[in-house]
Amino acid sequence: MSYVLEIKDVTKRFGDFTAVNSVSFNVEDGGFFSILGGSGCGKTTLLRMIAGFEQETEGDILVRGESMRGIPPEKRPVNIVFQNLALFPMMNVEKNVAFGLQRQKLPKPDVESRVTEMLERVGLVGFEKKKVTELSGGQRQRVAIARSLVLRPSILLLDEPLGALDRKLREHMKVELKLLQKEIGTTFIYITHDQSEALVMSDMVAVMNQGRFEQLDTPKNLYKNPATSFVAGFVGESNEFNITTYSDGVLETENGCKLKKPGLDFEPKKLFMRPEAFILNPSADLTDIERIKMSVRTILFDGSNTKISAIIDQSQDEVLISLPQNAQFEDLKEGDTVVVGIDYDDLKCYRG
Amino acid sequence: MKKRSSTFYLLMVPVLLWLIMLIVIPHLDLFFKSFRFENDDGLVVFSLNNYLAFFEDKIYWLTFVKTAVYSIGVTILAFVVTFPVAFYLTKIISKKYSSFMVLLLLIPIWIGELVTIYGWMILLGDRGVINNFLIKIGVIDTPIVMLYNNFSMTIGLLYMSMLFMIIPMMSALESLDDSLIEAASDLGASKWTIFRQIIIPYATPGIASGGIIVFMLVIGDYVAPNILGGKSALWFTEQIYNEFLATFNWNEGAAFGFLLLLLSSAIIWLALKLTGQKLEKVGS
Repeated sequence: MSYVLEIKDVTKRFGDFTAVNSVSFNVEDGGFFSILGGSGCGKTTLLRMIAGFEQETEGDILVRGESMRGIPPEKRPVNIVFQNLALFPMMNVEKNVAFGLQRQKLPKPDVESRVTEMLERVGLVGFEKKKVTELSGGQRQRVAIARSLVLRPSILLLDEPLGALDRKLREHMKVELKLLQKEIGTTFIYITHDQSEALVMSDMVAVMNQGRFEQLDTPKNLYKNPATSFVAGFVGESNEFNITTYSDGVLETENGCKLKKPGLDFEPKKLFMRPEAFILNPSADLTDIERIKMSVRTILFDGSNTKISAIIDQSQDEVLISLPQNAQFEDLKEGDTVVVGIDYDDLKCYRG
Repeated sequence: MKKRSSTFYLLMVPVLLWLIMLIVIPHLDLFFKSFRFENDDGLVVFSLNNYLAFFEDKIYWLTFVKTAVYSIGVTILAFVVTFPVAFYLTKIISKKYSSFMVLLLLIPIWIGELVTIYGWMILLGDRGVINNFLIKIGVIDTPIVMLYNNFSMTIGLLYMSMLFMIIPMMSALESLDDSLIEAASDLGASKWTIFRQIIIPYATPGIASGGIIVFMLVIGDYVAPNILGGKSALWFTEQIYNEFLATFNWNEGAAFGFLLLLLSSAIIWLALKLTGQKLEKVGS
C-alpha cells in the first residue's frame, strides 16, 4: 500500500512551547482523514506544516514518497481551505477558481474548461460572474473548495471550514463534503474540534491532545473502544467518574458507589459510561451486567436525543441516561425509582 | 414630507454658514471676477479675455502642463516610497511598535511645512550637509547643484505630502487578512504575483484616497515650489500668486484659479475612472 502522506516523527517548537510533539502517521490515498482536538492541541500547526507555512523543527513530511523539506507552499502538491475561507474579495467566483490555474501558466481555453468543470462539480453553475461577497455561506464554502480542488492536489487540507456556518447548514455541508470526497477521490485531511464532524465524514480519525496523537482509528472504534481516558471524554458524551479503589473485581467511585467489573489487570483511576450503554429495567435473565438503583432527577427532553438525569441511590452520583427511541418509558417522571443495567464491557476503565 | 424638528434646523445652521460663506460665496465671487475685463475705455465688461490670455502666453500653459505632470509624478513617487513603509508597519512588525513609529513619522507635520522646507535647504545647499559630506569623503571636488531646481522642488513636495499617502494606505492594508496572502501562495502565486494580484487590488481604495490627498496638496502647494524650486522651477500657483499680488490683476488671477480647479478635478476624475474606483468609496 502506498501512502499519499507520511508524517515521520514531526516535532514543532515555538520557543519553549512544543506545539507538535513527535507525531508519526500515514494517510492512505483517497481517504477522508480527520484530526480531532480541542483548541491549542497543535492540530492547526500540524496542518500548516503539511501546507508549508510552518517549518517542522524535527522530523520529515513526505507527500507521495517525496520529502517536503524546504519546499515552499506554492510548490507543494497540497492545497488548503482556510478556516475563514480566504476568498479573494476583489475577484468574482470564476476568477477565484481560475487563480491557481493561471499561476501554472495553462493556456486560456484549458483554464476555462477546468473552471467550468469544477464549478459544475460543486453545483455553482451560473454563479461565475458573482462577487464572492454576494454568496451565501454554503456557496462561499464551495468556491473555496473548488478553488483548491481545481488544481488536482494530492491532498486537500481543510482547516475547520464549517466552523463559521450555522448549525443547519453545517449538518448539510457535512454530508455534502463526504459525498464530494467520495466522488472525486482526492485525499482530504480535515481538522476540527467538532467530534460529530470528524465521526460523520471520516474514514480515519486521529484524536490529538497536547501535541500528541492519543488514538488513530476508525470513527466506530474510536467511539466504541477509546484507547485513553482523554479520547473517552472527548469523543461523544460520557459519564465520567474517578475511581478510588479496585479490589476483587469491584470498582469504588470517589463518592462510594460500588460497581462490579471483573478482569482488570491494572489499577483503574477513571471510569466512563456512555449514556446509551445503560439499559432501563433490564430483564432478570440478562447476565454479565451490573444493576444500579437510581431515582430520576429530571427529564431532559430533546426529541430523539432525550435523556434522563438520575441519581445513584448508593452514592448520590449523577448520571445521564439515554431513553430508548420507542415510547416504552414515556411516562417516566421525576422521583421515580428505576433499576439501570450496564454491561461489564461498557464500563470503560483507564489508568489516568 | 416628514416634519423636521427645530433641532434639525438649528444643527444645519453651522453647516450652511460654512458652506455658503466660506465655499460658495468666495467661489462665485471669483467665478464672476474671472469673466470681468477692463477694456481700453476703462470700463469693466464681460469677456473671455482672462481665459484667452492664458492660451496666448506660452509661459502660462507650459507652467500649467508642467504643474500637472509633476503633480502626477510626485503622487506616484509618494506611493512608491510609502508603500513598503505602510506594508512593513501593518504586516511585518507588531502593532505596539507600529503605532509608535507612525507617531514618529508624523513629527514633520507638527513642525509645519515652512520649517521642514528650510531643513531641506540646509541639507541640499551648495555648502549644505550632503555636499559637505561628499566633498569630505572625496567623492566629489565641487558641490553638486541640488537646490533651487526641479529636483529640490520635487523632494520638498514629496516630503510634505507623502505622510498623507501612508495613513489611508495603512488602514487599507490593516484590514487585509493574512490568510489571503497565504491562500494565494498556497495556490501557487509568487511573491510578485501576490503583490500585484492580491495586495495592490485590495489596497486600491486606500491608495486612491491617499493619492487624491497627495495630488491636491501638491498641485495647490506654494511654499515648496517657491522656496525650494527658486526661479528655475515654475509652479502654477506661483502664477496665480503673481496675478493677485504682483500685478494686482485679480480678474486674471481668478481665471487662473478656476483653470487650476478644473485641471485637478479632471485629473482626479480620470484617475478614478482608470482605476475603477468610486468617489464615495474612496472618500469614506
